[in-house]
Amino acid sequence: MSQITPVFKREFLGYFRSPVAYVFLIVFLTASVGMAFFVGGFFKANQASLQSLFVFQPWLYLFLIPAAGMRLWSEERRGGTIELLFTLPLTTLDAVLGKFLAAWAFLILGLALTFPLAITVGWLGDPDWGVIAGGYLGSALMAGAYLALCALLSSLTKNQVIAFVLGVVVNLVLVFLGWSVFNGVLTGFLPVNVVDFIANLGFIPHFDAFAKGILDPRDFAYFGSVIALALTLNVVALER
Amino acid sequence: MIEVKELVKNYGDKRAVDGVSFTVRPGDILGFLGPNGAGKSTTMKMITGYIRPDAGSATVADIDVAKAPVAVKSRIGYLPESAPAYGEMTVQEFLNFIAEVRGYRSSATRRERVELALTRTHLLPVRRQVIETLSKGYKQRVGFAQALLHEPPCLVLDEPTDGLDPNQKNEVRTLIKTMSTDRAVILSTHILEEVEAICTRIILISRGKVVVDETPDAFRARKPGARLDSIFRDLTSADA
Ligand SMILES: Nc1ncnc2c1ncn2[C@@H]1O[C@H](COP(=O)(O)OP(=O)(O)O)[C@@H](O)[C@H]1O
Ligand SMILES: [Mg+2]
Repeated sequence: MSQITPVFKREFLGYFRSPVAYVFLIVFLTASVGMAFFVGGFFKANQASLQSLFVFQPWLYLFLIPAAGMRLWSEERRGGTIELLFTLPLTTLDAVLGKFLAAWAFLILGLALTFPLAITVGWLGDPDWGVIAGGYLGSALMAGAYLALCALLSSLTKNQVIAFVLGVVVNLVLVFLGWSVFNGVLTGFLPVNVVDFIANLGFIPHFDAFAKGILDPRDFAYFGSVIALALTLNVVALER
Repeated sequence: MIEVKELVKNYGDKRAVDGVSFTVRPGDILGFLGPNGAGKSTTMKMITGYIRPDAGSATVADIDVAKAPVAVKSRIGYLPESAPAYGEMTVQEFLNFIAEVRGYRSSATRRERVELALTRTHLLPVRRQVIETLSKGYKQRVGFAQALLHEPPCLVLDEPTDGLDPNQKNEVRTLIKTMSTDRAVILSTHILEEVEAICTRIILISRGKVVVDETPDAFRARKPGARLDSIFRDLTSADA
């Protein structure tokens, strides 16, 4: 387990060895803030909250996280470094966790860069900081779930473009399952409890609870299970 | 030190390695010879724990790779074919990462190890250069430095002189010779002069099977007066 640290460090610092990381962070920031301002009506809403930021995040992550996760294993496969990595004295799980945690930390860094928005809200009004904290926590957990799936998919191919597309598609399915508009359509021909069940498989209902400031252990368990399951499959896929 | 018994590996319905057995003792430099596609790399990948054999076993210092892969990996220095390395890192950053994974946790001992590896492989002038900008010869040395860094009792080198110019080849051979005292070394090649120059034993494989296992002198005695090349050609011509 102590072998996670060197993998984590290499991977995390690795982001900053290429300009791609800075481009990514800038896109992350402008897209989040831009959506909040221009689509979410951050000022017009005239309420002291970050609702207009968080409401778009499940959609934004759909593209941003596959972009960050596609390289995780594909690049190792293409460059042949995977052979180097797995002949070093570490387990597959060490490598999977080290890489995942590094990418997750990088995404959380991107998320943290939106914090000036929270400060602005605090300066203009009197927000409920508990709700804001819940939103950030939920967003971080949701990012972890998206990322774990993208890491798994990236281990299946040496082609980053394929990894990206697979990541978008799989995450899109999980966003759709919990999207109120989609669930509205389903209620037309399915019993309510079945629709509820389907919705609960998706990201949005669990994230929405966090964004409202509700910390329900079941929502933690949901994101935790998605991450654990995806990473377990990631280990299996690599050891195959 | 390295003991290989009846190793078998299939890719689909093609048998890449077909019952290979041999032993390498400390002080031995085993020349692993064979035409391209004979199964040299595949055998090495099984010894170093990168891929699992379909049958047979490989043990290093009496430890079975299949049973304790991490323990075996910590005793081997491995240079995979074409010397993969993380191209975006500098030579020094890369070796520092390897040292950390190899268990040198204090930065002082790590620096010492890296310094020694850089010196031995004559990498000092390019230590701060990004690996992907290095010439083929330097990249190969980085692969060497990485394999030697922890002074392993076993060295597995897959085509260590491939793509080098004659001077570089000589340099690498000298390095292997100096490293071989008290160490078990396996190196694969399809260049015969290499074997003549440094190996204490020859194993020739063809289509996944060992066809010759003897000393270079005995090998030469097969056809007195002839060059090793012609003996090699006779033994492997069926493959062409
Ligand atoms: N990942 C793989 N998938 C399918 N076939 C492979 C794979 N790796 C090697 N082979 C096949 O196994 C045989 C042995 O390959 P290899 O061990 O690389 O030979 P060598 O190193 O002696 O040139 C070759 O026929 C090669 O095509
Ligand atoms: Mg080979």
